[in-house]
Amino acid sequence: MARQSGGAGAPKAPAPLPGARLAPRGGTAGHLVKAALLAVSVGVAVWAAIPLAQAGNWIGLAAVAAVTALVFWIYLSKRHIPAKYLLPGVLLLIAFQVVPVLYTIGTSVTNYGDGHRGTKEQAIAQIEAASVAQDEGAGDYVLTLAARGDAATGELVFLLTGDDGRVLAGDADGLEPVPDASTGPTGKVTAADGYTLLTAAEAGERSEEISEMAVPAQEGTGIRASGLSAAYEGRATRVYDAGCDCVTDTSTGEVYTADDERGAFYSEDGRRLSQGWRVGVGADNYARVVTDPGIASSFFSILGWNVVFAAGTTLGVFVLGLSVALAMHTRRPLRGRTAYRLLLVLPYAMPAFAMMLLWRDMFNADFGLINRMLGTDVDWLGGTSTARAAALTINIWLGFPYMFLIATGALQAIPRELVQAARIDGAGAWQAFRNVTLPLLMVAMAPVLIATFAFNFNNFNAIWLTTEGGPFPSDSPMAGTTDLLITYTYRLAFGGQSAQYGYAAAISVFIFLIVTLISYLSLRRSAALEEVNR
Amino acid sequence: MRPRTAAPRALAGAAALALAATACSGSDEPSGEAAGGLVIWADPERTDVLQPFAEEFGEANGVRVEVQSLPVDDIQGDFVTAHEAGSGPDILVGAHDWIGNLVQNGSIDPVQLPGDAAERFDEGAIDAVTYQGQLYGVPYAMESLMLVRNTELAPEAPATVEEMVETGTALKEDGEVKEVLGLQVSQTGDPFHLQPFYSSAGGYLFGTDDEGDPDPSDLGVGTDASVEAMEKVAELGEDGDGALKRSIDADNVNALFERGETPYFVTGPWSLAGIKDAGVDYAISPVPGFEGMDEARPFLGVQSFFVASGGENKVLAEEFIVNNVAQPELATALYEADPRPPALLEVFEAAEADDPDLSAMMEAAEQAEPMPAIPEMSAIWDPFGKAQAAVIGGEDPAGAVSSAEKAISEQIG
Repeated sequence: MARQSGGAGAPKAPAPLPGARLAPRGGTAGHLVKAALLAVSVGVAVWAAIPLAQAGNWIGLAAVAAVTALVFWIYLSKRHIPAKYLLPGVLLLIAFQVVPVLYTIGTSVTNYGDGHRGTKEQAIAQIEAASVAQDEGAGDYVLTLAARGDAATGELVFLLTGDDGRVLAGDADGLEPVPDASTGPTGKVTAADGYTLLTAAEAGERSEEISEMAVPAQEGTGIRASGLSAAYEGRATRVYDAGCDCVTDTSTGEVYTADDERGAFYSEDGRRLSQGWRVGVGADNYARVVTDPGIASSFFSILGWNVVFAAGTTLGVFVLGLSVALAMHTRRPLRGRTAYRLLLVLPYAMPAFAMMLLWRDMFNADFGLINRMLGTDVDWLGGTSTARAAALTINIWLGFPYMFLIATGALQAIPRELVQAARIDGAGAWQAFRNVTLPLLMVAMAPVLIATFAFNFNNFNAIWLTTEGGPFPSDSPMAGTTDLLITYTYRLAFGGQSAQYGYAAAISVFIFLIVTLISYLSLRRSAALEEVNR
Repeated sequence: MRPRTAAPRALAGAAALALAATACSGSDEPSGEAAGGLVIWADPERTDVLQPFAEEFGEANGVRVEVQSLPVDDIQGDFVTAHEAGSGPDILVGAHDWIGNLVQNGSIDPVQLPGDAAERFDEGAIDAVTYQGQLYGVPYAMESLMLVRNTELAPEAPATVEEMVETGTALKEDGEVKEVLGLQVSQTGDPFHLQPFYSSAGGYLFGTDDEGDPDPSDLGVGTDASVEAMEKVAELGEDGDGALKRSIDADNVNALFERGETPYFVTGPWSLAGIKDAGVDYAISPVPGFEGMDEARPFLGVQSFFVASGGENKVLAEEFIVNNVAQPELATALYEADPRPPALLEVFEAAEADDPDLSAMMEAAEQAEPMPAIPEMSAIWDPFGKAQAAVIGGEDPAGAVSSAEKAISEQIG
């Protein structure tokens, strides 16, 4: 196809590509469809551009503009035929595969996570805001919000009614008495000359201004609003000093110095302020993964079970699905064949989440259906081998109907004459199946089997919703004996603690590498199969 | 029901990572912000109760108030993520043990209650929402584990664990019940539900620092006291009295008690509705401690209202919290919707007369200790839970506790 489209410059050449029917020179319908699609792409671009521009994200905006320009250049041009086919896929690939991978790698070299989310400036602002404490002994005020002049734009004033009923006006410069103010029963000012009282809605409009205002009172203290009708005198007990790049706690005298490598303020004895910021940590997260003694000791046993689980599931669903399909694939009249097929597909039709939880309860040692039915007293999910057997059973039960469907379809595509011919030639039933049916089946089934293996290699739900990776030997609370790599790493990154995105991203990169390797090997394997079948 | 904070937060974290990854492609955030209005985030159970008060507040003040409902397991993580994206609400309703994480992410601001308003609340509730010397939320309800007993099977409240196990075992041997005690352990353990016994036997999770907050540098897991406490707990386990079993988990424990298959149930106020529906005759008492040891100290959980630091309408949010939540009307309505001991003393006193359960719940809550709100707490649940499950399953306490200690220390760093 590529060779043909390379010569597409020849105007009289027959339309080489199926889509060309829509874009022949002069075809009105084609032009209209093309114009409509381009209009949609402009619409999408504008939709994306507005929030980007509002947020001042110029790089994002440039990317949107560049992509839109590229779309127009390619689709309005008469050349670039292959690109016309490839572009949508490539753009989606970049947006949903490449960018997330790059973003994950980018995150993996930072300490991004709980306590390290924002910038240093944000952390400082948060530290100071969180340290504002009411001055001991300083009185409370009843607050009335007011403005000099217009309610929306006039200078903001706190009208403060003290315990003695006197009213003071506070602004950014300080306090002054308001002698002629009249107050209501709660102490709220009801009228004061020269001041416009703000309604709640008007105050809401100026919310940010109000929360930031601190009327200077005594040395270092400010009177701040607490809602619409109360104010208190307090001070920020932790103050940042850019000179020493440190935060001083004025109540204890303790100094916390910024550590730009760890992204937090640390005191001399190593205690940190909880609000930190995001910094680059280089390969630290990777080093932590590699040097973690827990990971080192459990990685290979988990990998081993992971392979067994994926391969066992694949083999199990294949054998079971194919057996049932063969049983159903009889020429003899089978009453209720459709009903049987329907029943067999049922596990596939039911929500897997619910089924897994149901199965987990059926394996419960004391209350589960399985022990009751068998009359046994096995702690299924409490022992390694039984828990593994349970996990495999559940997963095979959930997975075989799909294989049954595929095998049924594939069997029906194999001409019965071939088997009959083999039988006439003297082959037994098994021989005919082994040497005629199975190889033909594998043409259709092999890619599905590889996909099944790859899917189950990372089948998070199948483990997390049934055994949760357990049982856990008492000496390894982090690595359970039915853990897959994906559940294990998930637990490492998120399971027992607050979110550590940087570390989680580093682990994700490792998983990405493992999955890439497996996919590569599987693809080579399936390519080899294609060669055989050609 | 009781949120084990770790897993939901983790899921939210994964979602946040995915969100963050796509955020750069220019999709705009869900608009939580009504311009000039007030947005409140609460879990579905509270939203209906809050709605009329929110509307009333909105009308009185001429602003639009919106109460948005979020799944209880996601709300904390979503709040932190939304705060980071600048699209969070103005008010968050949630549990006090989130405070440490919310503060380290700078997502909530301290609250200043005017004058002696704090004295109108239960002292334990105010303690719980005080973090690093600052009041971070206005509490409205308290909850703690308690012992619910089936009065037909066990008429008397047991004074000690031993007494409880003895009665339960006798009933089991007579074939009247199937299990001695309903306490969710599960295959992965449950430190929240085991805390009464663990604390009674002398174990602790974190020491206390000068400000009265839990001290992350003093980890109680792994100390001799914790090993001894787990040895004591092991006596109740599968190789001992069989009162604690890993097969009993959050999914079947309610049914056990509701069907009369166990005489005792260690749970919180959240299970009462189901028990009432099932028609079991029950009574509430504090969870007993071991004979001759400390009293059992379950965790105290305090539900409260928080002011979002990134909210667009902080002044109105403060107004709502200080002048509505601290008033009896809203607290009473919240109590009626979901009967847990109210934090406002006058509401409690008014409700106590009509609801005999309430004083019993309060009695159970009195010996409770606020659940540590420090972020390090989230490192405890998973490893320590598994150690507890292993011990209950009959493994050596010293080994299990020390591996849990290793895992926890590694995470706390």
